Amino acid sequence: MNAPLNTNGLSRRALLQAAGALIVSAAPLGQAVAAPAGKPALHPTELDSWIAIGKDGQITAYFGKIDMGQGVDVAIAQIVGEELDLPAEKIQLVMGDTFLTCNQGGVSGSTGVQSGGIALRNAAAEARRLLMERAAERLGAPVEKLEAWDGVVSVTGVPSKTLTYAQLVGDGYFNTKLEWNGQYGNALVAKGRAKVKSPDKYRVVGKSVARFDVPEKVYGTLSYVTDFKLPGMLHARIVRPPVAGAAPVSVDEASIKSIPGAQVVRKGELVAVLAPKEWDAVRAARQLKVVWSEAKPALPEQWTLYGHIRSAPASHTEKPADVGDVNAAFGVAADAHYSGQALLVEAEYEWPFQAHASMGPACAVADVKPGSATVWTGSQKPHAVAQGGAKLLKREPGAVRAISMVGPGSYGRNDCGDAAMEALLLSSLVGKPVRVQGMRHDGTGWDPKGPASVHYARASISVSGDILVHEFESRGFSRIEVDNNEGDPSDTLAGQLTDFPKTPAFAFGVPEDGYAIPARRNRWETIHGFLPKANPLRGSHLRDPVGPQVHFASESFIDELAYAVDTDPIELRLRHLKAPRDIAVIKAAAKLADWKPGGPGSRRGKRGEILTGRGFAFSRRGATLVAVVSDVEVDPATGRVWCRKFHVAHDCGLVVNPQGLRQCIEGNVVQGTSRALFEEVMFDTKNVTSVDWNSYPILDIRDAPESVEIVLLDHPEIPASGAGEPSIRPIAAAIANAIYDATGARLRRAPFTPERVKEAIAQSKVAPIRA
Amino acid sequence: MAQRTTLKVNGGTKAVEVEAGTPLLYALHDEIGLNAPHFGCGLGQCGACTVHIDGKPVRSCITPTSAAAGKEITTLAGLGTAGKPHPVQKAYVDEQVPQCGYCVSGWIMTAAAFLKETKNPSDEQIREALAGLKCRCGTHLAIIRAIKRAAKDMAQGSVA
Repeated sequence: MNAPLNTNGLSRRALLQAAGALIVSAAPLGQAVAAPAGKPALHPTELDSWIAIGKDGQITAYFGKIDMGQGVDVAIAQIVGEELDLPAEKIQLVMGDTFLTCNQGGVSGSTGVQSGGIALRNAAAEARRLLMERAAERLGAPVEKLEAWDGVVSVTGVPSKTLTYAQLVGDGYFNTKLEWNGQYGNALVAKGRAKVKSPDKYRVVGKSVARFDVPEKVYGTLSYVTDFKLPGMLHARIVRPPVAGAAPVSVDEASIKSIPGAQVVRKGELVAVLAPKEWDAVRAARQLKVVWSEAKPALPEQWTLYGHIRSAPASHTEKPADVGDVNAAFGVAADAHYSGQALLVEAEYEWPFQAHASMGPACAVADVKPGSATVWTGSQKPHAVAQGGAKLLKREPGAVRAISMVGPGSYGRNDCGDAAMEALLLSSLVGKPVRVQGMRHDGTGWDPKGPASVHYARASISVSGDILVHEFESRGFSRIEVDNNEGDPSDTLAGQLTDFPKTPAFAFGVPEDGYAIPARRNRWETIHGFLPKANPLRGSHLRDPVGPQVHFASESFIDELAYAVDTDPIELRLRHLKAPRDIAVIKAAAKLADWKPGGPGSRRGKRGEILTGRGFAFSRRGATLVAVVSDVEVDPATGRVWCRKFHVAHDCGLVVNPQGLRQCIEGNVVQGTSRALFEEVMFDTKNVTSVDWNSYPILDIRDAPESVEIVLLDHPEIPASGAGEPSIRPIAAAIANAIYDATGARLRRAPFTPERVKEAIAQSKVAPIRA
Repeated sequence: MAQRTTLKVNGGTKAVEVEAGTPLLYALHDEIGLNAPHFGCGLGQCGACTVHIDGKPVRSCITPTSAAAGKEITTLAGLGTAGKPHPVQKAYVDEQVPQCGYCVSGWIMTAAAFLKETKNPSDEQIREALAGLKCRCGTHLAIIRAIKRAAKDMAQGSVA
């Protein structure tokens, strides 16, 4: 583990990366990176589109998704290595080049392993089957008598009889068809005749394997998309209006005449400056004089945001799928309330707009020529970039090649899609390669946002602790005001500002928790965005799209219900859960944290003037289950909350790479803490005013938890169900519940800033909050 | 007018031609072709552009190139290599710290300077020394583990 790459491999790899391919591997580079002559054309039904074996024995796997630094690539290499009986470090992975990999949909919904791994696992199993067949013939032994490890096939008990994978395929092709379900994206499944390995035979999957990309990142040698250069490339910056919705009326090109080589490019309402040197482009963007149209300020005063969300006309009302007769159940419950046998509990919760605010503003490099177009992008979804790019340039599908390179962080549909379209458009207009990178105010102020929302919950609970009826409603901005990918230019700023009007699309979400309640209604409703195009507050997918806000509300509310009837909040949850895995994950977290059962405030304590408390939350995300205990310390004088400890139990079925999974969970917990305590996009009526790290603060290391303890519930018999997002989901609720335990103050609006915490404490003293 | 400036970078000498006032980041990244430092904010707020000048961490996005002329500039790649890592870099690999990794220059360059001054720091001292640096992926706990490991390695002299 952690072996440095061999020098030869590194330099060849660096060369290939300079040519653009995103290649990761702990092994030296082999052949078959560029498709050589004779290789069957890229297609999901071609085994050769998934697996290649070079003359030198190098195994290459072609992955149609990518990794964003959470180790998905390592897990995929483990899965491929497992089926081919090779250590993961021997697999070279080519990722996210649309001319070299099938469209598996990119990074999306924690599907990297759960969906992305299926086709590769099947393909690797089929490759092994064919290798074994050939070996059996050449070694004169039946397949059952063969064994393989590390690329060498031998006859059991006859060590002299061996053949290597290279000898068996050696730069040839499998020329074998796979069965394909006709789907692209996350749903793509391809399989051959081979049966995949039974999990009880695993020797590669389930072991910790070090990440392939860490050394290059730590020694400063990795080429990020921001480092990619082409000869003759121009640097571009987009000039955005000071008032959202304003269009350029006139541009004074003479205002940047003093800057060498600087030029203005306009198309529709898009204004850009370009220059051979990057700093000159930065200066030109600052210096350019633009007269903007008098746009009527389109945003409300920030303090009216939640009132606006409550009162604005619905853009879409999703029909609820009720369990039981909810209206009748509330009717029956009313009598129980009257007689004191049950309590009616109601609460509302509010969540702000949040920014992706990736570490660096998005960057892309494009080279558009009459007969070809290539874009190097940090997008999570290079296949979508290629599709959107072809539409933007009005070329045939498949005419644009998108090549994925490591970007400055990505947690959903961030600004990378916008940068990719801008680079393609500008390169097509100037006929030269163009590199676009935003400034900080672009990356925070103009990236797509996690949508703001209000959540309303109402339930009746018997005094003995049975939830009789439960109603939950989410109301907020659509999470697909721009889609979760840039496969259509109308979902990007460059598209919206030129020829691609956006057709509105609406989606939100409701809790996923598995509580069995006899009558239950979950519903969601969206409202329109503030601007029909180029909206700086356009809703989109931000890590675990709407999961943190929905479950902040629903899991805070379960706590309120428990305390309303003086019940331990874990006990109340367990009482309403039936699935053994749900129960197991909750019990595992409680045990790990040494949870002491009890009613409201029973876990509170003091450390000097500091109030301490614990909270719990549970959520499902698909088949992945997470339970978390949060320990907080609250300074009542300042309102500062320190989330000192977390105890997390995590069940995502089969665990492929325990070490990688732990680090992924830890990142989710810390990012979730940041969003719960600090993150809120600020705006005035003209525009977003959160434009840098001071106006959009995130968690500082002084606020980082002391520890995040994790227990992984491994189920090798259950397919891996994804871990990139589920553990960010319950964090805000666990923290809010812990603050209540510590202080008696219920936080129903995120983030839990010192001012809000202080105010909530003050109010709880006036009228103690007992839901 | 572009000016010719000679920079001493990672033990070598490089001449760059940049407009007066160009931040050092662009000279290092665009003219000399070093992959790290990175542009994160251009405002000195995040640290992704951090380099050492005469051993002290500075934010290259707000440092004029001219101010660095003649001084010893060290970037992440100059701090250590896979073959000869700085203890903080080695610990970063051992602890598998980075996710996107775009921020690492800030943390590693700041920690390297901090550990030169402070032996066996407490958690509290580490947090104070690194305050203000940004990491969006949430690797903060791994960062603290790595710095403690590096401090220990340095105290034991097990890493040069």
